[in-house]
Amino acid sequence: MTSEATLLELKDISYEVKGKSILSGLSLSIASGEIHALLGTNGTGKSTLAYLVMGCEGYRPSSGGIVFDGKVINDLKIHERAKLGITMAWQEPVRFEGISVRDYLTLNNKDMDPAHYIGMVGLHPELYLHRMADKSLSGGERKRIELASILALHPRLAILDEPDSGIDMLSTQDIVNVINAFKEHGSSVLLITHREEIVIIADKASQICNGKVICSGSPSKVAEYYKSRKCLVCDGEVCAYV
Amino acid sequence: MARYALMSDLDALMNVFGDAGGDKAILENNEIAHLVAVGHKLLSMNSVAGFEVDAKETRTGISAKVTVKEGIKIKNPVHLCFGVLHKKGTQKIKMDVKLERGSSAHFIAHCIFPNAEKVRHIMYAVVEIGEGAEMRYSETHYHGLYGGIEVVPKAVVKIAKDGRYFTDFTLTTGRVGKLGMDYTVEAGENAVTELTARVFGHANDDINIKEKVVLAGKNSRSIIKTRVAIEDDAQAEVTGITEGNAEGARGHVDCMEIVKDRAVAKAIPIVNVTNSLAKVTHEAAIGSVDKRQMETLMAHGLTPEEAVDVIVKGILK
Repeated sequence: MTSEATLLELKDISYEVKGKSILSGLSLSIASGEIHALLGTNGTGKSTLAYLVMGCEGYRPSSGGIVFDGKVINDLKIHERAKLGITMAWQEPVRFEGISVRDYLTLNNKDMDPAHYIGMVGLHPELYLHRMADKSLSGGERKRIELASILALHPRLAILDEPDSGIDMLSTQDIVNVINAFKEHGSSVLLITHREEIVIIADKASQICNGKVICSGSPSKVAEYYKSRKCLVCDGEVCAYV
Repeated sequence: MARYALMSDLDALMNVFGDAGGDKAILENNEIAHLVAVGHKLLSMNSVAGFEVDAKETRTGISAKVTVKEGIKIKNPVHLCFGVLHKKGTQKIKMDVKLERGSSAHFIAHCIFPNAEKVRHIMYAVVEIGEGAEMRYSETHYHGLYGGIEVVPKAVVKIAKDGRYFTDFTLTTGRVGKLGMDYTVEAGENAVTELTARVFGHANDDINIKEKVVLAGKNSRSIIKTRVAIEDDAQAEVTGITEGNAEGARGHVDCMEIVKDRAVAKAIPIVNVTNSLAKVTHEAAIGSVDKRQMETLMAHGLTPEEAVDVIVKGILK
């Protein structure tokens, strides 16, 4: 169930690197509390879009506006956007030497209970809270801990960049549980994924192709449309949509 | 057990020790061995069963011979507390440490120089670890805020068959001054050693760390791990040397240096293998704070300054 109020609006966003167009006239809106799945093959610009919304270094729209809660945020830095309630789980979360999982989850709020959030991503708190968020964790463990840390922030908008990818990836049920937890908190989610079975749990979905949104609507319809694509990697040439 | 009379110096040293997070009560506990010296004066000493200390004052410091008797496992950590409280002075510490066969002990050294404007602290340790013995040595320094200190710790360690030696050097609070660290460890058959150093340099601090492990015995193992953060105009040079000279020997050198402002860092990993069945690896990373780590922490709401602080504290932990 989504509310009517628009939380994030991307207005005709273009993004170029060294003269090469990565995103071209992309428009997308996400309502408050909406789970919005973003589908697309490799190289279509999904992660670029995520970095633009989060405000990562070097990622500013060449044209167009990123509007969050009615405010243009194009020029805000990452932490300024985070203060507004935007956060992101990277596709491959970085490791931190010397920082325990407990400390990582309580970076912003020393008084909260990290065990609750570790449990929500299917890990046993007693086995993980004392461990370091470093390279001793497997890729899947690190991803779960990242999701737990994002849940603990109670964001207004969580960008999840392929939480289901990787060798020891999270199961569909794991992802569903996490998404449901965001829903319960009233968070909006921009969920970047390749997996159709994940898409259908969203409220709405969009397919991105060659830097543009080519299809937007009900998750089942967009997933069906995505399955019928002709290309595995977006090169902007094979796909008939462009 | 012997206690010495200069309580004012002892009190002053222990007050700084307490301020630095130490537990002053350790000196009152008869079950904890300790040795406390300020300048060239021995202030307090305690030994426990199986732990022998022969310490004497010299013209410029302290000379001590420490022996852990065969098969004795010292239950509580042994505390060594050295310092110079005056603005100027020299302290030379000479330590001969012997862990006899099958013994074990954990030494915690507190080196405190809170007012140093022109102080030299020279430590020379010869350590002999017997067959199957284990020694842990944790050394924490506090040099105050003036940077007027030169610290020259030198250790030569020999580990016999099946012995283990772990050392952890920490200088992350206050200024460093000038540090010239030089440790050499020779590991015998099946011996294991880990050398860890963590240093945070500021202003014009000058850090020079040299750690060398010779894997002389079959199946010996080692890790040299160095973590340095420097800012302002500080400079650091870290040399990690591992020689693999025996069958099955395995060594690794791991150096990470974070550089801010105008600071300059250098890492020199040297691996030298003379036995085809030995293997030594190394990794060294020098640079500014990792961008992805920064962005991740900022996406959690930390400011850039807070993010750097968390990352630097993490690698120095």
